[in-house]
Amino acid sequence: MTPFTGKNEALENKMIGDDIVFKIDGVDVRGRIGQTIMEAADDAGIHIPRLCDVEGLDPQGSCRVCTVKINGRTAASCTQPVADGINVENRTPEIQEYRRDLVRMLFHEGNHLCPACEASGRCELQALGTDFGILQPDKYPYLQPSRPVDASHHDVMLDTNRCIRCGRCIRASAHVDHKNVFGYVGRGINKQVGVNGTDLAHTNAAVTDKAMEIGICPVGCIIQKRVGFFAPIGARRFDKEPITGKK
Amino acid sequence: MSKTKVIVIDPVTRVEGHGKVTIHLDDENKVTEARLHIVEFRGFERFIHGRPYWEVPVIVQRLCGICPVSHHLAASKAMDIIVGARNISPTAEKLRRLMHYGQIMQSHVLHFFHLCSPDLLFGFDSPAESRNIFGVVEKMPELAVQGVMMRKFGQEIIQATAGKKIHGTGAVPGGVNKNLSISERDHFLKDIAKMKAWALSALALAQKYTLDNIKAVQAFATFNSSHLSLVRDDGALDLYHGNLRAIDAGGNIIFDQADYRDYSKYIMEEVKPWSYMKFPFIKSRGHLDGWYRVGPLARLNACGFIDTPEAGKALQEFKAITNGAPNHMTLAYHWARMVEVLHCVENIEKLLNDPDLQGKDLVVKGARAEGGVGVIEAPRGTLFHHYKVDENDLVTFCNLIVSTTNNNEAMNRAVKKVAQDHISGQKKITEGMLNHVEVAVRAYDPCLSCATHAIGKMPLLVEMYGPDGELLDSRGQYL
Repeated sequence: MTPFTGKNEALENKMIGDDIVFKIDGVDVRGRIGQTIMEAADDAGIHIPRLCDVEGLDPQGSCRVCTVKINGRTAASCTQPVADGINVENRTPEIQEYRRDLVRMLFHEGNHLCPACEASGRCELQALGTDFGILQPDKYPYLQPSRPVDASHHDVMLDTNRCIRCGRCIRASAHVDHKNVFGYVGRGINKQVGVNGTDLAHTNAAVTDKAMEIGICPVGCIIQKRVGFFAPIGARRFDKEPITGKK
Repeated sequence: MSKTKVIVIDPVTRVEGHGKVTIHLDDENKVTEARLHIVEFRGFERFIHGRPYWEVPVIVQRLCGICPVSHHLAASKAMDIIVGARNISPTAEKLRRLMHYGQIMQSHVLHFFHLCSPDLLFGFDSPAESRNIFGVVEKMPELAVQGVMMRKFGQEIIQATAGKKIHGTGAVPGGVNKNLSISERDHFLKDIAKMKAWALSALALAQKYTLDNIKAVQAFATFNSSHLSLVRDDGALDLYHGNLRAIDAGGNIIFDQADYRDYSKYIMEEVKPWSYMKFPFIKSRGHLDGWYRVGPLARLNACGFIDTPEAGKALQEFKAITNGAPNHMTLAYHWARMVEVLHCVENIEKLLNDPDLQGKDLVVKGARAEGGVGVIEAPRGTLFHHYKVDENDLVTFCNLIVSTTNNNEAMNRAVKKVAQDHISGQKKITEGMLNHVEVAVRAYDPCLSCATHAIGKMPLLVEMYGPDGELLDSRGQYL
């Protein structure tokens, strides 16, 4: 019998080593304990689509675009921890069709006019739409909601026509800026991101906030004023590399 | 009571966008009225409200798929004023000019080779089945290839300066977002001599057609009019920037070197119930006599000279046929258009050899203004963009007078004159006769919707109605 030493070597190894092995689409992937499936996939160079998740913020698991199948059950890979021996389905036709539908619905729920949007070329929704081959409305009617534009702030503008309710701005403002400028209002299909004041000018928002950083808002809802279209076509984020990371 | 019959040409073919012509005939088939109707409503002036000003140059260019650069640049010039950049950097202005010359070149070439050359080469009455670009490809392949390659060259200039061949983003308020790399420059320089040779050849073709058929050209849709254009401080043709000059039918100055920001002091617009297109006129002359023409013909009539050598010579030859007086021949638009293509190619060559295009001073800003006006000479004529912006940077007012709108009355007069000359009193109305009407409209290169260009089977539906709305006769075909 092994004497008790007070040390759990297996756990220690898991905390410091790459000792969790699982499969993504049949390929062996190594992960560390505490990592999510998405983090381990990222480390392994395997792309899992996402919208509400971004590096530097806690995962939320709300957009469901990162849905994978784990041993036959669907889960959000941005919140699901890795485990030994699990079998993850990522880019299977079935999962890709789920994701395509989710992305498609986001286009139809909002007012996304890519041709005139300054986020074109760096917009994650647009890039995913391109990756999924969503080039025209082919399944659902456009809801064409009436949504406000808040341009009251001197340096930042909110065009909520383009909001996909990913909550990245809410988390950045709360957990990084410690300001709580943004929050959800409403329920169901009417749920929207609102500001903690009569308008953005009446909050303590600043253009230097993490929440206002280009790249926190995955679309063109939060935009820094007076710099739109300064990045030429060809030099924008997804002009250089598709969202899947594969050239 | 006499009966009125109406012939409808719907849509007018081989033009940009969609419009229709109605011709009213009396009992003896004499034309009593003829009109060009614009059947689309665009609404850009309204739905731009509430959008941030820096978005405007990108949104409004969607008015047109053929000349988006013109709208992009006119809006950018207005936004320059709003951001306090009255004088943008030399690099920015030269890059915008390069984009603009590429745009005018490709648009003019598209019109001349693809849309109107079938009429000029094969005759207005030639069989409709082959009176199109495919007929040109079949019978004169070398010419067709030149047209395609020249258009490609112009579009690639646009792509290099705006990021895309159609609907790019190169101009921003206060300047541009990129310069021209050495490799891009060299790519164009290797073909510039060929482009100049082809531009000279196209000019010779248009000139020869006009001179060989001078009597017919003089008689076809010719009428006196005033002419309006931007001109440079010294009176030279300038397609990108200048001041407004208007001349009357005799060539006398109506106003000159007028600051285009004050355009509303000189120009007014009239609305008529039967068309979505407004009717601009020169204020001092009133709405009945104040109409005018714009575009290549008007520009050559209004300018004193052209500062590029070959196009300068071509202008002198153009002016010689009217002894220096304004040229009022509608079909002379084609010749004038080819003079401008040559001017653009010469300017492109000059700019490509200018090191300022590789400059890094791209954007300037100054004191913010509440409104701005941008005017440019688009391929089809003078283009006005006027905006007002609130303290939150959102657009509160927009007025656009697009080039084709300026030619509205002139096109209607051309339609009426041709209908009277070629249809009035005829017992049988043939497709060739109706094409004469379209040739007159086509000479103005109208961009009727400023939006789309369709190619292929365009239905030409002609219907003849009695006074009670009774369909008397109809014929349909595909061009």
